Amino acid sequence: MIDTSLGLIDVEEGIRIIPGANTIITSLDKLINWGRLSSLWPVTFGLACCAIEMMTTGSSHYDLDRLGIIFRGSPRQADCIIIAGTVTKKMAPVVRKVYDQIPEPRYVIAMGSCACTGNVYRSYSVVQGCDTFLPVDVYIPGCPPRPEALIDGIIKLQDKMRTERMRWSPLK
Amino acid sequence: MEPAEIAAKIKELYPADVVDVRDFRGQCALVVKKDDILEILMRLHDDPEFNFDFLKDLCGVDYLSKRTPRFEVIYQLYSIQHKHMIRIAVQVPEKSLSLESCTCIWNTANWHERECYDMYGIVFENHPDLRRVLMPEDWEGYPLRKDYPVEGPEEEWRGFKEVLQKHEEYKKYEWNR
Repeated sequence: MIDTSLGLIDVEEGIRIIPGANTIITSLDKLINWGRLSSLWPVTFGLACCAIEMMTTGSSHYDLDRLGIIFRGSPRQADCIIIAGTVTKKMAPVVRKVYDQIPEPRYVIAMGSCACTGNVYRSYSVVQGCDTFLPVDVYIPGCPPRPEALIDGIIKLQDKMRTERMRWSPLK
Repeated sequence: MEPAEIAAKIKELYPADVVDVRDFRGQCALVVKKDDILEILMRLHDDPEFNFDFLKDLCGVDYLSKRTPRFEVIYQLYSIQHKHMIRIAVQVPEKSLSLESCTCIWNTANWHERECYDMYGIVFENHPDLRRVLMPEDWEGYPLRKDYPVEGPEEEWRGFKEVLQKHEEYKKYEWNR
């Protein structure tokens, strides 16, 4: 029996339920974004000392699993890539190749000063920020950033994903 | 044996090759010419009195406008049996940038010599596989030379230029950017 006397109930902004009917009314954007941000799988890819901090963040003390984050061994199974460390010019084609294999929708987190700007390594061999050849979503400063900073960056990315609209196809 | 003692003995054995015995903060280095370097190293390795069975390190130095000849190749030798060590500095002039490879004595010299070639352009003759080891294979120039521009040459490396091109080219396939 559907109780129509109460009408639709707002449980959150833009999400309503019909009491007793086991029905939720919301926009497709909200549903898809919720699904995406709740199981954000990064590809296992470390470049330098930031990778040590990333591993710490993934292990039991900080426990990324509670955010729905599980590191995947293949870019084809991943949703995002964390650029954890110094990107050298020799490594840049490899990083790009890994990124190109991630299926859309995909996200990039630049972790640490090296990935953001090149850090102190203004030299012949180091890329001055991985945003020169990748579309970066979130920049996390620090050398290396503490696990709390990485988690904060991931939460920032999730907030960004929550506000996305119509990201379903390459068509604008 | 003390390093100074070893240096004196080598100087006695090869008076024509030893240029100088350098002393810096109590550390002794033997400066030799490059012509007979393989023979000297072989002696240091084979002679039971020296028995240098371990090449700790091999590296290059660029003394641009500080010393002539410009380049030096440094060997750090250690004897596991006698627990003594010596530093050998081989002078390599800019005009003939080559010397004998010592991979036939210590196998570990293989990658060290490749690195030295990669960074300074010093050619090791009779090396089994003298290719760049750190820089990309088609890199131009030798980065650890003092006259090398720190931020790299004006002409960007081919591989990185390709990545930048790819980045521009693939932008149209991104979703909602």
